[in-house]
Amino acid sequence: MSNTQWSDRQVSTWKTKVGLAEQLKGGVIMDVVNVEQAKIAEDAGAQAVMALERVPADIRADGGVARMSDPEMIEAIKKAVTIPVMAKCRIGHFAEAQILEALGVDFIDESEVLTPADDEFHVWKHDFRSPFVCGARNLGEALRRIGEGAAMIRTKGEAGTGDVVEAVRHMRTIVGDIRRVQSLGREQLMTEAKNLGAPFELLLEVATTGRLPVPNFSAGGIATPADASLLMQLGAEAVFVGSGIFKSGDPAKRARAIVDAVAHYKDAKKLVEVSRNLGEPMVGINVSSMDPTQKIAGRGW
Amino acid sequence: MKNIGVLSLQGGFEKHLGMVARCGARGVEIRYSRELHEVDGLILPGGESTTIGKLLDRNGFIPEIQKLLSKNFPVFGTCAGTILLADTIEGSTQVKIGGLPITIERNAYGSQVDSFESLLEIELSNPITFPGVFIRAPRITFLGKGVETLSVLDDDPVFIRYNSIIAATFHPELTTNLAIHDYFIRNIV
Repeated sequence: MSNTQWSDRQVSTWKTKVGLAEQLKGGVIMDVVNVEQAKIAEDAGAQAVMALERVPADIRADGGVARMSDPEMIEAIKKAVTIPVMAKCRIGHFAEAQILEALGVDFIDESEVLTPADDEFHVWKHDFRSPFVCGARNLGEALRRIGEGAAMIRTKGEAGTGDVVEAVRHMRTIVGDIRRVQSLGREQLMTEAKNLGAPFELLLEVATTGRLPVPNFSAGGIATPADASLLMQLGAEAVFVGSGIFKSGDPAKRARAIVDAVAHYKDAKKLVEVSRNLGEPMVGINVSSMDPTQKIAGRGW
Repeated sequence: MKNIGVLSLQGGFEKHLGMVARCGARGVEIRYSRELHEVDGLILPGGESTTIGKLLDRNGFIPEIQKLLSKNFPVFGTCAGTILLADTIEGSTQVKIGGLPITIERNAYGSQVDSFESLLEIELSNPITFPGVFIRAPRITFLGKGVETLSVLDDDPVFIRYNSIIAATFHPELTTNLAIHDYFIRNIV
């Protein structure tokens, strides 16, 4: 019998939340809308799935209000796979987040892909036992979300387009912001915190360590193994693929190829091998031709 | 200087590489089986055991690691790494390496919201207190012959040794305590 007392044991700590994000490095998290897709994703080597009723491309096409998914469907996916299951709540909708926590989802994505419930405030994520992932376009936004309790950051990109340009922009911006902050003197950091709208203590940590205090993943427009490799080489520590897999011609093959591409993202020969004969990619939307009102990355602040 | 390989296909490899460097050894990212022959010991990190298992299989690692284990090559498994080394995974037919005569149950403490931290008493060269971080942790439900228990939590073994293998169900790489990595590098490798 161990001598450890009950009081020495703490459940759902910051360390266990960020710790799970650490275990998800170097892999792919895939959007799935049913049990069948979840199994295809797991068989392909997905390290986690995002359970939702419609992939972002369909949310875009259907219009209307996009909300948290049916608990029944999330639960069915949880039962069908052994890998972690994530689910999305609307920005600021802490009641949806409470429901997802009660369901025992492994990560809650407070996501701009759904219609925001609060145009002023995000969820106070420290209150939850479930870890949260949030989207960000720059360092200030990333640190605001971490300040509220996010245990993982992902680029917002432009979900449901299959166009990687916004994810690239956001990853380059975050990495560039971090480099700039590292080059600043201590006396410049308070002004920088004010300009970025970032919590000062977190900015100080970034200036010292040269990295975000939580893992930094990429999402929003990744559709091919080459896209995944590009974002990994730009500094992403893992990737989310939303519509890119199940809106393509051969989801099982493409899913596996993207998993292999992330594991060997620096190996161009491997990328040649896995990029062959994947069938039709998702058709996609060119972000530069989109009406600004159709873009969702601007949701949240 | 000892070269310590850290399997870097998926999972918590980066923190392990940091721990190895802080112990004064050279950490080597292992992404191809041929790289196994350049290191003196191997760390199998946490992560998703199904994902890592598939990537090991697709990249020809499994027979190579099995061959090394049969020659008492030093291996340190944490969480998913321990699952992959287990001879039996309860209720699962997933790809694994095997070689460690134990039975293990995946996600035995519940889902992520049940992940926890707990202090552990560990028998290394001297007994130490160690901060155990358990994340979607597995539980060792059966120990085969020759497996030595180095730490328990609620009567369940959480840290074990078998020949040249040490294996934990928790995540020493998420702490700042180097004792376990140091023990592996100095006493096993």
